[in-house]
Amino acid sequence: MLTFNALLLACLAYVAFLFAVAFAVERAADRRRMAWLSSPLIYTLSLSVYCTAWTFYGAVGYAARSGLEFVTIYLGPTLVFVGWWVLLRKLVRIGKAQRITSVADMVSSRYGKSRLLGALVAVLAVLATTPYIALQLQSISLSFDVFTGTGGGPRADGVETAVWVAAGLALFTILFGTRKLDANERHAGVVTAIAVEAVVKLVALLAVGVFVVWFVADGPSDIAARIDAAARPEWVIRTDRWLGLTMLSAMAIIALPRMFQVLVVENADERHLATASWAFPLYLFLMSVFVLPIAVVGLEVLPAGLNPDLFVLKLPLALGQDGLAMLAFLGGFSAATSMVIVAAIALSTMVSNQIVVPLWLARHGGTAPGDLRGLVLITRRIAIAAVLGLGYVYYRVTGGGAELAAMGLIAFVGMAQVMPAMLGGIFWRGATRRGAAAGVVTGFAVWLYALFLPSFGPDVLLSTRVMAEGPFGIGWLRPQGLFWVDSLDPLLHALFWSLALNALAFVAGSLVGAPGALERVQGVQFVNVYDLQPATRGWGQGAGEADDLLGMAQRILGTSEAQSFFRDTAAAQGKAGYLPDATPDFLERLERRLAGTVGSATAHAMIAQVVGRSFVSVEDLMAVASETAQIMEYSSQLEAKSEELARTARQLRTANDMLTKLSVQKDAFLSQISHELRTPMTSIRAFSEILKEAEGLDADTQRKYAGIIQDEAIRLTRLLDDLLDLSVLENGQVQLHIDDGNLGRLIDRALVSSNSIAPHRVFVIDRDHAAENIDIVTDTGRLAQVIINVLSNARKYCDAANPRIDIRVRLRDDDMIEVDFADNGSGIPRKSRALIFEKFARLTDQAQAGGAGLGLAICREIMVNLGGSIDYVPGQAGAVFRLTFPRVLTPRSDSRPGADAAQAGAEGNLSSTPDAAE
Amino acid sequence: MTPPAPLPDPERGLYRRRRLVDMARLLPMFGVLLVLLPLLWQPAERGETATISLGSFLFTAWLGLIAAAFLLSHALGKSGGDRTGDDAQMSDADVPLSGPREGPP
Repeated sequence: MLTFNALLLACLAYVAFLFAVAFAVERAADRRRMAWLSSPLIYTLSLSVYCTAWTFYGAVGYAARSGLEFVTIYLGPTLVFVGWWVLLRKLVRIGKAQRITSVADMVSSRYGKSRLLGALVAVLAVLATTPYIALQLQSISLSFDVFTGTGGGPRADGVETAVWVAAGLALFTILFGTRKLDANERHAGVVTAIAVEAVVKLVALLAVGVFVVWFVADGPSDIAARIDAAARPEWVIRTDRWLGLTMLSAMAIIALPRMFQVLVVENADERHLATASWAFPLYLFLMSVFVLPIAVVGLEVLPAGLNPDLFVLKLPLALGQDGLAMLAFLGGFSAATSMVIVAAIALSTMVSNQIVVPLWLARHGGTAPGDLRGLVLITRRIAIAAVLGLGYVYYRVTGGGAELAAMGLIAFVGMAQVMPAMLGGIFWRGATRRGAAAGVVTGFAVWLYALFLPSFGPDVLLSTRVMAEGPFGIGWLRPQGLFWVDSLDPLLHALFWSLALNALAFVAGSLVGAPGALERVQGVQFVNVYDLQPATRGWGQGAGEADDLLGMAQRILGTSEAQSFFRDTAAAQGKAGYLPDATPDFLERLERRLAGTVGSATAHAMIAQVVGRSFVSVEDLMAVASETAQIMEYSSQLEAKSEELARTARQLRTANDMLTKLSVQKDAFLSQISHELRTPMTSIRAFSEILKEAEGLDADTQRKYAGIIQDEAIRLTRLLDDLLDLSVLENGQVQLHIDDGNLGRLIDRALVSSNSIAPHRVFVIDRDHAAENIDIVTDTGRLAQVIINVLSNARKYCDAANPRIDIRVRLRDDDMIEVDFADNGSGIPRKSRALIFEKFARLTDQAQAGGAGLGLAICREIMVNLGGSIDYVPGQAGAVFRLTFPRVLTPRSDSRPGADAAQAGAEGNLSSTPDAAE
Repeated sequence: MTPPAPLPDPERGLYRRRRLVDMARLLPMFGVLLVLLPLLWQPAERGETATISLGSFLFTAWLGLIAAAFLLSHALGKSGGDRTGDDAQMSDADVPLSGPREGPP
């Protein structure tokens, strides 16, 4: 006999195994992309979270009570998957195009990114999932009790088991479900653990099935005879339930938060749907095929009056198959835990994105300081714990006495209330926010009143009197007999009225009101998702806001990710640096990127706070107004063409700007250089004339004048050296001396050398020696020159009372090194940033600077020659300069000396001109 | 239905693909029909539960649907190549845009 302790041990070992799998996969996925993780097989297996403990234990109980009716729960999803081309493909396409993070986000996004609707659906989802999570906790407690009842171990309190299970699940989900902030990113560890659990539960149920059919009974024909013998009158198929439940389960496979999560949010590739279209129904088929045999044999073998929900466990136990019982137990455990984990992730995303973050923004405004990422993460973690806590409370309040199937169906009907708004939203352009809100609220209210509240049992939340006679004695408002409809059973009654009134309110609300502009645009994007490939724009052209946008994006996406996103966009626009033009296209992309983390409604609101407006462009109105295929096609062609034209125009404008700029620069350069050369020349001439002509100068004065001449000559020489250096660098004729070095030691040397600048100022230098310990192969002398220059500038210009310099080194995945030098001064004013890398650019007067203003220009050329760049990083506290260069510099081929480099130098020049034009 | 005259090769590929997409759209309706068929037999009126015959019919139909979906998804994958954007355009070009997907304005 299995003891309770052995069971507990197996259970813990299994959990430890799952933790190890999730952990190993997360680590492996961090290091490199794992191709098999995004295979259709893993996708299909992760869909199996549909099969929860309800399937594993409850289906057999259901079959024992009602015969074949249990298959409706699996036939509905089968029909939806077999028809993937019609519905699922569109859902997944929309989910990807709009970076949808949850069901609530989907509905909110479709109806003009409405925060109210999103919050409403999120609340509905939390309430509807509560009974479902309770069901899983109950099934685990029940299965534990089976063993403690028969085994000799200490009797565990079922309630206590549920607490431990809930706590363990919360821990797992928080550990692996909230590692990535972007809800669009896949949770590799969780998905793999779920896939493993999918296999375990399938194998377990099949093993029990095979055992029952071929070892207890004498094969299929014997089973058939036993089924005929066991058939009861209640097993007759009832038309209303058959229809209603098939429809209900078909809706549930899309609307349940956890199903939407694995189906749409975690989908890596649309083509995986094609595989899942047959593989998932096959999985469901295999899960169902042995249900009736197990139920029938259970009814025969086991004593009457036993809870049939536990046949899967009790049958092997009663027949002395302890190993099989253990496998079945682990299967049920897998089914329950996988559901709870995914549901908790989905719900926590909804709660944080649709409720908490919008509320926080409404209170603090988008400009409040602080890192939003922390808030989002903490909210998700608390939400996970809260959701599991709610499930536990429901389990305690209902006393754990209900049938598993009944509890699951309550959740199904609750989430089905989203369907009119969702289906209407993706197939009917006329659906409006008002209609969707009216429908969801109506359906939600009916569901609460007719199904959810009564589910707690008589006299817990609704009194027996209300149940029997209706509120205040109004008969036609009885929770289970609305409008005198008494012939349906409570579940179908609630399903019928909630969906009917929901759909009615949805259609009526949509027909009466007119949608807003943003709503219409989103409507077109959803309904015609296949036709409108390029995004429709919701943002007007803006300028000068990129800086604020970067600040905001850093708080949500994290500093390095936001910076690289901005830099890539700027590069795509043909600009250098970190600040792209705030084009509508860029704003749209940024919004979607943010939506992956905080949801579409919040992302839209945050960008609106920075940019200050969102209007609908002519193209949008064309797309909305056009009712014929020709115009749609014509407009999308026009759009493509105008986009191309705009791109060409931008390139031409940039080229023109650049040429003008170059011409001006050349003139300025000539006049600057004459000026720079003339000043020392004048004094040299003056003093040499004095020396030559003036009589009777004493030796001291002579020496003094000669000294001035010498100083000026040295200054002249230095200037000419610098100019020569710059010209050599710009023409790419420079000879690089590539040798090995260590970045840390290089910085040490540079710090010592730069100490001679403003030696009276004491700087706090903050370094990370471990990160700096990188071996590099490059022209270390030139690199040191750049570092010394940057450090000297910091010493010269940092105006903080307690100056400090932070040096941060990062080795990127592409073997590029990034070194940030950040001081705590007031930084460089926005209008001057474009100029600092230009020749003779000095932000202060010459006396203070004491140089010719060639330093940073030379630095830039050196970095280009080293295959990297030097950039000013905006949006930080002080001035931050970032050097980027390859860890190992591969020498250029010498066949065409100068050609490549000249081009590189020219690019370095060109790239800065649009900045300067601002 | 067969095309009136033999079409040039790429055209024929396109034509076959559109019919495949039609099949993909019709398959769930056929499935609904299969699932609802047991309701029409009304064994209850004859006082039978007929669990065995109904069950074997349902499970066989189920397997049939799976097999059909398997063949269809493979055929669609082969004819459409890897570019999902293309097949969307192709399939939707087949249906007038003012058709059922649009709904009332």
